[in-house]
Amino acid sequence: MAKTIIDCRKISKTYVNGDVKTTVLKGVSFTIAEGEFVAVIGPSGSGKSTLMHILGALDTPTDGEYRLDGVNVANLNDNQLAEIRSQKIGFVFQSFNLLARATVLRNVELPLVYTKVPADQRENLAKRALKSAGLDEDRYRNRSNQLSGGQQQRVAIARALINNPSIILADEPTGNLDQKTGRVVLNTFQQLNDAGRTIVLITHDQYVAEHANRIIHIRDGNILEDQPNKPLQARMEEDL
Amino acid sequence: MTVQDLFIETYSALSANKVRSGLTILGIVIGISSVIALVGVGQGATSSITSRISSLGSNLLEVIPGAPRNAGPVSLGFGNATTLTPDDAAAIKKDVPDAAAVAAELTRRYQATYKGNNTNTQVIGTEPSYPQIRNVQIDSGSFITNQQEKTYAKVAVIGPTTRDNLFGTGADPIGKTVKINKVQFKIIGVTVSKGGSGFNNSDDAFYIPITTAQRYLAGSASITAVDVQAKDQNSISAAQQEITTLLLSRHRISDPTQADFNVLNQADLESSLSSVTTTLTLLLGAIAGISLLVGGIGIMNMMLTTVTERTREIGLRKAIGAKSADISLQFLVEAIVLTFLGGAIGILLGWGIADLVTSFGVVTASVTWQSVLLSFGVSALVGIVFGFYPASRAAGLKPIDALKYE
Repeated sequence: MAKTIIDCRKISKTYVNGDVKTTVLKGVSFTIAEGEFVAVIGPSGSGKSTLMHILGALDTPTDGEYRLDGVNVANLNDNQLAEIRSQKIGFVFQSFNLLARATVLRNVELPLVYTKVPADQRENLAKRALKSAGLDEDRYRNRSNQLSGGQQQRVAIARALINNPSIILADEPTGNLDQKTGRVVLNTFQQLNDAGRTIVLITHDQYVAEHANRIIHIRDGNILEDQPNKPLQARMEEDL
Repeated sequence: MTVQDLFIETYSALSANKVRSGLTILGIVIGISSVIALVGVGQGATSSITSRISSLGSNLLEVIPGAPRNAGPVSLGFGNATTLTPDDAAAIKKDVPDAAAVAAELTRRYQATYKGNNTNTQVIGTEPSYPQIRNVQIDSGSFITNQQEKTYAKVAVIGPTTRDNLFGTGADPIGKTVKINKVQFKIIGVTVSKGGSGFNNSDDAFYIPITTAQRYLAGSASITAVDVQAKDQNSISAAQQEITTLLLSRHRISDPTQADFNVLNQADLESSLSSVTTTLTLLLGAIAGISLLVGGIGIMNMMLTTVTERTREIGLRKAIGAKSADISLQFLVEAIVLTFLGGAIGILLGWGIADLVTSFGVVTASVTWQSVLLSFGVSALVGIVFGFYPASRAAGLKPIDALKYE
């Protein structure tokens, strides 16, 4: 039995806006083990973004317990959350969120700045991460806004990898990419998963979700369906 | 975040928008340079006034006649009376223990001629102790001797400005004969220039024995002032008091407010004038300080804009592990670097302006290390004060809100 990385027990989240209370998550429970590739799928307003924020330790649940790699995240303060994020989580965002003015290497190194890794060790780590993310080496000195969308997302993936996190959280990573580039990026995630990385992919797109080994459907703050999935590529190979 | 990382981030952030950074810095540049230049001018004015006054003589007291008493309802005004007598001067010499040197003066303005040239100048009849009291130095020749004073010698020491007027610039007048009020005088010395100007310019004067002045020019034994040098700085007040008491009793006046003479204290004059210029310096500094304040508000304005523009970046940094302290430090350092750059340029510019003012020759503006250090301190403080609010705003952003920001 693989080690449990994410353990959610009856997580709920309620936002209070004046007198109006909105409950976005209504007691969600599931676990994710090391080495899984999970897609969380749901329409907008289903609560999947809120779930991702909680999974990513960007926010804390109103109620329930969330253990990330053995650490109870629910009761941590802002600085402790920042530390957890820097050590255990790699984020990949829809809009890449790279520093446009900085070089590819500097962008990838950025998380190391906050974990106090000495400057002379950063470049090697960054190069290794970029290699895993599949970016050509001749791009490393370019400024990130000189790259194509697909290349930028690979830089973002390398940045997510650099601290060797327990989990990679990708929020609509193909949302800003054309279909072909999106497929390349999804293949990159699959390769990372093959290499043993735990990946959680949040999307509204069934086609994107099909790349994962397990799909969690979420709707109106509840888990509708949680079942294993044979990845698209494997099925295509079977069809052939 | 290491110091090196902070500066990499700061450089990249500030160089991303050079025009805006430059304009923001300009506010601080103007503020700091005006502080440096104006305070420099003010201090220059103060020190030039102080040195002018002390060039009149050190530890100097000047006794001048006052309004004569019992002259009926009409006051004749200061200085117009002949209430001071040579006997008063002699009494001061004899009976004031705190006086180191005493010289009586009989000063009038006369027409002086040499060949075709003529000039109207002050003729100071005085005693051999005068140069010591009044800080007059002899450039060539010699000053009046006791012998010449006793024998009513018609000799004169000439000031450099008068020499230039009568003999031509830089000419050697010693041994030549000039006519002062139609009486012939032989030039025996030239004084060193004190750089004075105006009506009481000590460079534009003849110095002759007081006895000669009384007999051949004024025609009477009157005096116009008695110059007294106190023993040292601490005995100035005592000497002033002794002279006042002595003259009151000699003039048989019991009420000091009715005194028919005045004892002017050079130290009082100096301190009251320098307090005026110090106030002026403070005023100039305050005006310059206001422009520095405006510059600081410019910094805050830019930093707030920057924080808003970079909201997503802040969100990202927080998502990948930056703590609030890292974020606030980053923005604070940006503000401080801006003000420091502005401060450094401002100091150089202010120094340049001060030099420019000096080159116009009005005042010698003096930029002191204190004012440079102060400006640097103030600019750093401005950076901290005006960078703090934007930085804490940036640090307080919630990562989710910041990431969602469009």
